[in-house]
Amino acid sequence: MKCRKCGGKAAINMPQHHLGLCREHFLEWVPEQTERFIKKYRMFTHEEKVLVAVSGGKDSLSLWDILHRLGYRADGLYIALGIDGGVNYSAESQRLTEKFAAERGLTLHVVSVQEQTGKTVPEWAEATRRGRQKPCAVCGLVKRHEMNRIARDLGYDVLATGHNLDDEAAVLFGNTLSWSREYLLRQGPVLEERDGLARKVKPLCRFYEREMTAYALLRGIEYIYEECPYSVGASSIRYKELLNQLEHDQPGAKLAFYLNFLEARAQGLFAAPEDKPVELHPCPNCGQPTSAPGLCSYCRMVEKSQESKV
Amino acid sequence: MVKIILRNQEFEVRPGMTLKDALRQCAILPESVIATRAGEMITEDEILKEGEVVKLIAVISGG
Repeated sequence: MKCRKCGGKAAINMPQHHLGLCREHFLEWVPEQTERFIKKYRMFTHEEKVLVAVSGGKDSLSLWDILHRLGYRADGLYIALGIDGGVNYSAESQRLTEKFAAERGLTLHVVSVQEQTGKTVPEWAEATRRGRQKPCAVCGLVKRHEMNRIARDLGYDVLATGHNLDDEAAVLFGNTLSWSREYLLRQGPVLEERDGLARKVKPLCRFYEREMTAYALLRGIEYIYEECPYSVGASSIRYKELLNQLEHDQPGAKLAFYLNFLEARAQGLFAAPEDKPVELHPCPNCGQPTSAPGLCSYCRMVEKSQESKV
Repeated sequence: MVKIILRNQEFEVRPGMTLKDALRQCAILPESVIATRAGEMITEDEILKEGEVVKLIAVISGG
């Protein structure tokens, strides 16, 4: 297969775009497309301060690399979750993230969940009903809380995550299976700032996961290849496999699923225009916005755990 | 033979077939992997030769 741009040997084929590219042109194409998506969805400008949530994985490190190359003011945030799982998962992820930042002279904020709360994520999962089956629910709660706290406290205009199209399509698939209207209303490339919640953006939301892996490999980004030990059997992975089977039979199916959803939602398929968003108020303990009466979910989790110790 | 490696799994296919056919024979979806040979990424139309080793990088992550 030949590169569409130069006729050289292609390194990657992207059937959904009818496009094959060599290494050099693929490494140009990904940042160009990212810039296009940032502008199309009005994610942020070159004047705004961006906080990139980095996990040490291929997507978030690639996103940080791309934003840096595009000249954005992008700093990183790594949240140390304290997951070991017999593979030193968090420690290795942190090492790779710190190495990435140091090699490029980038600013990285590191927050340790254990230092902040006295427990690691697996310990929180053990201590609470929310995480007893699987720590992923606790992990998501802690990460959202800390990401928003740091973005707000350090004065960032926007929080960027490395979600790719496969991530988005899998979430959409899950929410469609259960017709979770509230989640469907919120899913998109941009979640606007409101009531103390930082604006959240997903600049990689139109790239396939395969393309982001290729970008990390071709750019020479060293990322954590091992899976989170707790992700075994996760429904998101099962949905991704199903969607890849569909993509194999029908190239472009994943992209169409996501883009047509965004279009349908913009046209009001999931909500009448007069629908009001859920009201938020500040948590009396941490000040972060919550829809629940009284304490937010995060503070309730911490409080319950302290009560159980007494 | 040609060796195909994906994480801790190893497969063997006959030389002379394309990567696309080799993946099909190993029941691996091309959408779920990136294929590399001698450190270079290769596309599905590549013909595999005797003695070559193709290392597959899994692309799916999440939880």
